[in-house]
Amino acid sequence: MTPTSRTLVRVPVWPLFVAVAFAAVALTALVLIENQKLLGAALAITAAVCFCAARFGGVAAMEVAASENPWLLRGLITVASLAVIFVLRDDNFGLLMLATVLIYATICLGLTVQMGYAGLTNFAAAAFAGTGGYTAAMLGRQGGLPDALVLVCGGLVAVFIGSLLILPVLRTRGHYGALTTMAFGVMFNVFLDANDFFGGPQGLKLPGINLFGWDFTNDIHIFGLVLSSYVNYVILTGILTALAMIFVGLLDRSWVGVWFDVVRLDETAASVFGLKIAYWKVLAFTIGNFLAGLMGAVYAKMTGFIAPANFTFGDSLVMVSIVILGGIGNRWGVLPAALIVVLLPEKLQFIQEYRLIFYAVLVIAILTMRPDGLVARRVRKLHTETSA
Amino acid sequence: MTSLSSDVLLESRGLTVRFGGLFALNELNIDVRNGEVLGLIGPNGSGKTTFLNVISGVYSASAGKILLGDIDITREKAHNISSCGLSRTFQRSRLCLSLSVFDNIALGAQRTLNNGLWHNIVQRKSFAAEAQKIADEARELLHVFNPALPDKLFDPAISLGMIDRRRVEICRALIGKPKLVLLDEPSAGMTHDETDQVVDEILGIRKSLGGLTIIIVEHEMGLIERVTDRCVVLNYGKKICEGKFRDVAADPVVREAYLGQA
Repeated sequence: MTPTSRTLVRVPVWPLFVAVAFAAVALTALVLIENQKLLGAALAITAAVCFCAARFGGVAAMEVAASENPWLLRGLITVASLAVIFVLRDDNFGLLMLATVLIYATICLGLTVQMGYAGLTNFAAAAFAGTGGYTAAMLGRQGGLPDALVLVCGGLVAVFIGSLLILPVLRTRGHYGALTTMAFGVMFNVFLDANDFFGGPQGLKLPGINLFGWDFTNDIHIFGLVLSSYVNYVILTGILTALAMIFVGLLDRSWVGVWFDVVRLDETAASVFGLKIAYWKVLAFTIGNFLAGLMGAVYAKMTGFIAPANFTFGDSLVMVSIVILGGIGNRWGVLPAALIVVLLPEKLQFIQEYRLIFYAVLVIAILTMRPDGLVARRVRKLHTETSA
Repeated sequence: MTSLSSDVLLESRGLTVRFGGLFALNELNIDVRNGEVLGLIGPNGSGKTTFLNVISGVYSASAGKILLGDIDITREKAHNISSCGLSRTFQRSRLCLSLSVFDNIALGAQRTLNNGLWHNIVQRKSFAAEAQKIADEARELLHVFNPALPDKLFDPAISLGMIDRRRVEICRALIGKPKLVLLDEPSAGMTHDETDQVVDEILGIRKSLGGLTIIIVEHEMGLIERVTDRCVVLNYGKKICEGKFRDVAADPVVREAYLGQA
C-alpha cells in the first residue's frame, strides 16, 4: 500500500533500533523480576507499548525499516541478544527458561512449515521432539559419537519415525489428519512408559553437551567475568533458532514456499498445474520433524534427564497453541508466543494454582482481539523482496 | 491406437466416466485439431465439465483412451498431464485468494521453474533472476488483459474484482506456454459486457501467441458463435452433433436437446 518500499527514498531506521531495544529490555525484565507486583506492572507496560505501537503505526514503520535493512536487523538482534545474556549471566533459572523458550520457538518454526505453510496438522510435535531426545540419550549410552552428530541424529531419527507416519498423514486431512498425529503422540508416550529398555516412566539420564571439545557444563570465563554454564545453552539454542528463522524465511520467500501455500489452499489447482501433492507434503513434514527432533535432543542434553512425561500430548498441544497464538504462518510470531506460553506460567507464581486459568484467559483474550495471532501473516511479495 | 493424423492434438476414443450407475461420459469420441478453438456445449449435466476434468486428470476414466499428441494420458496423474502442455481454468474460481496475483500466476509456470531446495534456499541470485523473469512475463500478459493489472501484481488476489480474477486465472493458464488450454465457462459470474471484454481479450491473446489450441465450455451462445471454429454438442454424456456453430445450431436434434425451438 505505501509507496515507500518501491521508491528510492530511504526509510528511517530508528524504529528498528527502538523496537529491538524495547524487546530486549522487556525480555530481560520478564525474566529477572521476581516481585510479583512489579512483574504485573512490567507485563502491563509491555502490552500497552505493543498495543500503542501497533495502533499508531510504529510496527508498520519498523517492518518497512526491517525489510529494507535485513542485515541491520540481524546485527541489532545479535547485539541485543548478547546484552540480554550479559545481564542475565548468573541467573541460572532465567537462562534455563530462555533456552527452553528458544527450543520451543524452534520446534514451532518446524510446525509453522508443516501447519502454516503446507497445511499438515501435526498434533505430535512433542513426540517428535521426544524421539530426538531419546535418540540423544540412547546414543549417549553407547558413547563415541561426537555430540554435534548426536544432535543431528536426533533430527534424522525424528524424520525416520515421521516417515512411518507418512501414509496416514498423506491420506487424511483436516480433523482426520489431526487425529492420526494425535494417536501417534499418545502411542509414543504409552510405548515409552511400558518399555524398560528406554527407562520406563523413570526416564533416562544423559550427560550435557560437549561440542567440538567445549564442555557445556563449564562456566564461561571471559574478560574477567564469570558467565553461568547455562549461557552455553542459550547461545547454542539462540544460534539454532536464528538459523531456523533464516532457513524458514528463505523457504517462505521461494518457489517452495509458494507451492506449500498452493498445496494447502487448493490441492486440485496445485495438481492440475503440475505439483505432486505428496512430494510437497512429505518435504514439509520432513523439515518440521527434523527441527523438532534436533531441538528435542538439545533439550534432553540441556536438562540432563528425560522421561515420557516431558513429551506428552499436552506438550504437543502447547506447541500448536504457540503457532496459532503467534499468528499461523508467520515465523516472527512464534517468538513472543513461545515467550508467553512457556515463560508466563512459570513466572506468575503470585496467583499460584490460578496461574493456568489466568494464562488461559490471557491467550483467549489475545486471540479474541487479534484473531490472526500476535503477528498476522503478510502477503508474500516475492519479487520485491528478492531484488532488495 | 495411434494418432489418425498429425494435425489432431487431442483425441478421446470410447471415453467413459461412470459415477456409480451414472454415465457422465458414455463412449465419447472427440478429436481436437491443432490450433482450433473447439466449443463444448450442451445442457447442464451433459458431461462438458466432466470431459475437461478427465482429460486434465482430476477424474480418472472408467474406460476408453485419451491421447495428447502421441502420448497416452488416460492413466496419468494430473501433475504429469500438465507437463505434456495442458492447462486450464475452472468453472468456479480456483485462485488462492490469500496469495498475491504473482504467486497465483507463477503456479502456471511451475513446470518451467527450478524447484530444487539448493536453488531456492542457497542460490538466491539465480532464484531472484528467475522470479524477475516470471514477474516480467506476468506483467506483460496481465497488460494485454487490463493495463491496470500489472501494478497489482503483488496485491492479494482477494482484492481483485470478479472479472480481474478471471483474467488472472486465464493468465495463469497461459504463462506456462501450453499447447492446449481448457476454458471452463469463462463467462460464469460475469455480466454480458464483461463477458464480451474477456472474449475479445482471449481472441487477442490467441492471435499474439499463435497456434494455441483451446477447448471452451460455455452456456453463452453469443460467445461460442464468436470464438469457436467448431462445436461438439453433448447430451447425457454422448456426442449428439459436431460441426460449425451455424450448422450445429440449425440441427433439429440439438434444438430439441439444448437450444430450444426458435
